[in-house]
Amino acid sequence: MAAAARSQVMSLYRTMLRESAKFPSYNYRNYALRRVRDAFKANRNVEDPKAVERLMEEGWQTLALIQRQVSIGKMYEAQKTVVD
Amino acid sequence: MLASGRTVSSRLLRPTAWLPLRLSSERAAASFAQKELIKKHEQDEPRPLYMDFQATTPMDPRVLDAMLPYQVNYYGNPHSRTHAYGWESESAMETARKQVADLIGADPREIVFTSGATESNNMAIKGVARFYKAKKRHVITTQTEHKCVLDSCRILESEGFDVTYLPVQNNGLLDLELLEASIRTDTSLVSVMTVNNEIGVKQPIKEIGQICRSKGVFFHTDAAQAVGKIPISISDWKIDLMSISGHKIYGPKGVGALYVRRRPRVRLEPIQNGGGQERGLRSGTVPTPLAVGLGAACSIAQEEMEYDHQRVSMLANRLVQKVMSEIPDVIMNGDPEQRYPGCINLSFAYVEGESLLMALKDVALSSGSACTSASLEPSYVLRAIGADEDLAHSSIRFGIGRFTTEEEVDYTAEKCIEQVHRLREMSPLWEMSQEGIDLKSINWTQH
Repeated sequence: MAAAARSQVMSLYRTMLRESAKFPSYNYRNYALRRVRDAFKANRNVEDPKAVERLMEEGWQTLALIQRQVSIGKMYEAQKTVVD
Repeated sequence: MLASGRTVSSRLLRPTAWLPLRLSSERAAASFAQKELIKKHEQDEPRPLYMDFQATTPMDPRVLDAMLPYQVNYYGNPHSRTHAYGWESESAMETARKQVADLIGADPREIVFTSGATESNNMAIKGVARFYKAKKRHVITTQTEHKCVLDSCRILESEGFDVTYLPVQNNGLLDLELLEASIRTDTSLVSVMTVNNEIGVKQPIKEIGQICRSKGVFFHTDAAQAVGKIPISISDWKIDLMSISGHKIYGPKGVGALYVRRRPRVRLEPIQNGGGQERGLRSGTVPTPLAVGLGAACSIAQEEMEYDHQRVSMLANRLVQKVMSEIPDVIMNGDPEQRYPGCINLSFAYVEGESLLMALKDVALSSGSACTSASLEPSYVLRAIGADEDLAHSSIRFGIGRFTTEEEVDYTAEKCIEQVHRLREMSPLWEMSQEGIDLKSINWTQH
């Protein structure tokens, strides 16, 4: 199996951004969006298939984490901040 | 998400929705409704932005995620040796210990979990001084240390120790020659904090460590504001004891650690006695979820240090440039180079600090540290760096952290500029200084 085709990476990227946008907290939401974007940007030139595989695995785990934390954020929602 | 796959509506989970309205008297019902309306109104008020990262930091979602399993299912006591609950808890605690150790370049056996940097400071200062009290009766610290360090030293003084509180220069840095001259043959400990929580100044820890090692004196540093934000190496810097705080690095509140060097061995008299946990130095059940949180926070800080540092520096510059270019007579307290960028303490001349804080009610800021903000006195740290009395009263501390956005910084800068102008318009002192009167030359007389 070709290690993570470009389309798979892009699909993970889009999914992560979509889930990150669901954070109710302004600060967490912006951090997640920014960090995901910057992490994918920093790793865009990684060639070694093993490294790509490992990064993708990390990505999936982070995605699950984001989903869990978004749920928790929704359970204990507070008012929006001034700049939200 | 529930097991059935449905998500619980957030509306149902709001506490007020469950309250039954079965009240006997009408009056009681009216006041209840009033209270509900007040609560509702408060819920419509937007929350202020958080710009006080030195007081505490929000927990990183990754840290919370690591902690929750140990709050829900894996609740064993890590010191239970006889069953799986204990073993899994202990394993998590030891992983966390390694994560904390890796961040500072130490061995995991040198890390002791405590309830926070205050406890770590107490342990280090009182513990070392008391252990070596037969031959060594002198302790050295600085005037800009955290209250817990100064208070511990005060207690030592009442026990008969000699304590030297070294002054700092106007930029907040310690004079190394003064330190060297103050070390006596009976000095057991020198305690200097790495990064100051009020003005953000970074002390020359490497040089201080060198001096202490060459004189055979133990060196303790309160690194609560520095750990995870600047690279720290206990071996390069020759540190013997270091205090770490969980809630300053996006970890949970109520946990911290103390690094105690093993080679050459530093001995401590423990202040908390009991079952001998944590090498006998700090008895008591180690709170696994909190320790796991601290470990996760440290490991995340290690990965994100460079990214965060770059971002925080950029945001700090943005804030300072904006504010200083629009308002004259603003002074940054503390050395401009030797500092951690995320802690900015600005003094606005001719404006009272408390009124500026009240005017900036949309932004969560502080003037001086949280543990001294209840008192009316200006901060002792500002006094120690030689700030004028009136400037010390007009200082505000801006804290920038991992989760701060450009929007928040811009909003804060704009509000600050707006309010400072407004308050200065009202200030007779400002008027007088604009007319060219030198305020210091005025003889204020009583009527």
